[in-house]
Amino acid sequence: MQKLGVFVCHCGTNIAATVDVKAVAEALGREPSVVVSTDYPYMCSESGQNLIKDAIREHSLDGVVICSCSPRMHENTFRKAAAQAGLNPYMVEIANIREQCSWIHKDREEATEKAIVLGRAAIAKVLLNTPLTAGESPVTKRALVIGGGIAGIQTALDIAEAGFPVDIVEKEPTIGGKMAQLDKTFPTLDCAACILTPKMVDCAQNENIRILSFSEVEEVTGFVGNFTAKIRRKARYVDETKCTGCGLCTEKCPVKKVPNEFNLGMDNRRAVYIPFAQAVPKVARIDPDWCNMLKNGKCGLCSKVCTVGAIDYKQTDTVLEEHYGAIVAATGYEPIKVDRYGEYAYAQSKDVITSLEFERLTNAAGPTSGTLLRPSDGRHPHTIVFIQCVGSRCTPEMGKTYCSKICCMYTAKHAMLTREKYPDTDVYVFYIDVRTPGKNFDEFYRRAAEEYGVHYIKGAVGKVMPRADGTLDVQASDLIMNEQLHINADLVVLAAAIEPSKTARRLATMLTASMDTNDFFTEAHPKLRPVESPTAGIFLSGVCQGPKDIPETVSQASACAAKVIGLLSKNKLTGNPCVAHSDEWMCNGCSNCASVCPYGAITYLDKDFRMPDRSTKTRRVASVNPAVCQGCGACTVACPSGAMDLYGFSNSQIMAEVDAICK
Amino acid sequence: MQVNETGAFVPTVVAFCCNWCSYAGADLSGTNRLQYPSNIKIIRVPCSCRVNPMFILRAFQRGADGVILCGCHPGDCHYTTGNYYTRRRMTLLFSMLDYLGIERERTRVEWVSAAEGQKFAETMKSFAAEIAALGPNRRLEDLRCRK
Ligand SMILES: Cc1cc2nc3c(=O)[nH]c(=O)nc-3n(C[C@H](O)[C@H](O)[C@H](O)COP(=O)(O)OP(=O)(O)OC[C@H]3O[C@@H](n4cnc5c(N)ncnc54)[C@H](O)[C@@H]3O)c2cc1C
Repeated sequence: MQKLGVFVCHCGTNIAATVDVKAVAEALGREPSVVVSTDYPYMCSESGQNLIKDAIREHSLDGVVICSCSPRMHENTFRKAAAQAGLNPYMVEIANIREQCSWIHKDREEATEKAIVLGRAAIAKVLLNTPLTAGESPVTKRALVIGGGIAGIQTALDIAEAGFPVDIVEKEPTIGGKMAQLDKTFPTLDCAACILTPKMVDCAQNENIRILSFSEVEEVTGFVGNFTAKIRRKARYVDETKCTGCGLCTEKCPVKKVPNEFNLGMDNRRAVYIPFAQAVPKVARIDPDWCNMLKNGKCGLCSKVCTVGAIDYKQTDTVLEEHYGAIVAATGYEPIKVDRYGEYAYAQSKDVITSLEFERLTNAAGPTSGTLLRPSDGRHPHTIVFIQCVGSRCTPEMGKTYCSKICCMYTAKHAMLTREKYPDTDVYVFYIDVRTPGKNFDEFYRRAAEEYGVHYIKGAVGKVMPRADGTLDVQASDLIMNEQLHINADLVVLAAAIEPSKTARRLATMLTASMDTNDFFTEAHPKLRPVESPTAGIFLSGVCQGPKDIPETVSQASACAAKVIGLLSKNKLTGNPCVAHSDEWMCNGCSNCASVCPYGAITYLDKDFRMPDRSTKTRRVASVNPAVCQGCGACTVACPSGAMDLYGFSNSQIMAEVDAICK
Repeated sequence: MQVNETGAFVPTVVAFCCNWCSYAGADLSGTNRLQYPSNIKIIRVPCSCRVNPMFILRAFQRGADGVILCGCHPGDCHYTTGNYYTRRRMTLLFSMLDYLGIERERTRVEWVSAAEGQKFAETMKSFAAEIAALGPNRRLEDLRCRK
């Protein structure tokens, strides 16, 4: 027979004013198993806790019920007290007779009666409690950052500075992400390369950082503190350890007409190439789709000119397996495809371009060496129309329902820079709203409109019609003047919505991290845990979590690093012991539980069972990883055989509470 | 069956509340001293998806007159997807109750956030009144369980 103690708190008069605490203690004292039942003005005070501890020792109690405030308030306090007296902390249950009784009822008799019922329910539950011990697991002190844009770079640098090794896995041949393609950056107009490339070099030189460029994560297993990742290092046909980045091969390669993706196809590169001058790592790559040697074995010029013998036509993909304590998703974004908006004639006219293409056209390292020229005829455009919200703030059928957040500001930047460099150019911006919340942002936009004379027109562009003379007829409505406009433009720039990287969903599945309907990663709590994913050990950095500009991306990246450092600084992780567990004899291996588990905590094992007739039978049974399980209990209900149960909130415990209440 | 001093029926109502939203919402209505009937007794569960429809049937079998299940608003579940499971499971339970000819009004699902103390109290008041109007649960109670 178990021995229980019941402790009824007055909480000053908070409870005692409406609940007859003495009567409650007395009534609960009459319950079978209860050997001591008493009341005290403040159970949570030191003397109150001592009272509990003494009773546990004196009566060798097996369980304790505390009738007091909400368990959300003092469950931990009382668990600790129990542990100090030698009782397993999970043998404590709380009856909430303050928030859910004395504070909400006025009638003393009614409240007292209810307090007794709540006490009985807690007694019924604690009788079925089992001692639980929180599991411990070690922490691998190394982080994996997936994506090497400014977000991934900043997170990796901060983690490395704190002394932990970091691997950056970047799918492209170089790190840098979208920021490397930008020209100048709002709101300060410093050049993107000037502030980004030193950070890229820092990454390359930091001895705690390893850059795995042109690589992709293929599989992730494990759990917080103990992840294992398989990383595919795609063949680049150039030995990274030998290549010095001299660029000789890229000059000699005879295949000259390969669309250059770094300049968004607006000029050409060779079949062997270095993405851009400041690429990190500065290592060439051979494009197998274009290289004559790889396609039909004829050429080999690059190998002949390479002085260090770095060209390796026989290179194949390799797969690395590495262990990590924490994983950061920093996979960034892509602008959406705009050809679907037929009204803007992007597919018909070379002079309808996206904003990212505009960045390349104004960039000194871009296809026009920074002179703004029309892609169609190389002439200087005299009238430029910028169209905002292309695919942002749309119906779900027509595009993205969200605001892409960065377009108002970069369009103001583009307009301002154009007017500054080419004052003879007329610049129009069509907008739905101009959204400029951010430090010095509204001032920036007003400068564009007021000082630089950019024509901001609230309204929508209905159609862009390419004309025979090579200009573009922009048909629009001005909502404020309430009139229809025709603008004869030389260049039209579309501020395309941004969307998460196409690879994000596959990655989220791999990481069991959740995503919203737009494929942005979701945070563990939108306000209080913005850089963690709901899955322990997975962190979020940059635009992969939602649209952001660079200042915001960098602050989030550093916040993310702080969380990762906090995790990696621990030697051991203590888990929540109230986790699911499966009765192997009852489990029929159906996988219902695994399919509802949001954390991927359930796997299947083939296990040998010794049958009553002494034969051995192998069966597939569910096995819960207690370090991954968060204890929601979804699996317990999905289990058709009743094999799954939850420690701390077991089927029998909850039903005992139900019975006690309904008595 | 409980009656009060005026002889009116006082139903027994069990409320399952998820730890993260609704239980905290109940605490908040306490902190704000918002009254609701004392015949409602709360059972804390980690997530609304922990509630097996069996628990609800068990409550009716043991003489409960109404059962209410409260969880985080869809999309806000602490465990991301738990309350979506709840929603589907309860839909199934409702159709089973319909099939068996048992008033589905005796069971209710509500989403109450940790900030909605007011909503919690209002919900409890209206549910208790509804159950009182429905009268005692006679169909599902197992008389052998009566003390
Ligand atoms: C036209 C335009 C102009 C802009 N101008 C400005 C400006 O002036 N000022 C400003 O503050 N912001 C500006 N921005 C916004 C800025 O580009 C972003 O805030 C910033 O680049 C976000 O960085 P990120 O690292 O999150 O994403 P990204 O830069 O997209 O980096 C993500 C990286 O992850 C890699 N990756 C993706 N998936 C995987 C995978 N599965 N495995 C491995 N690697 C992967 C990608 O290759 C990429 O390198 C502009 C944006 C646009 C479109």
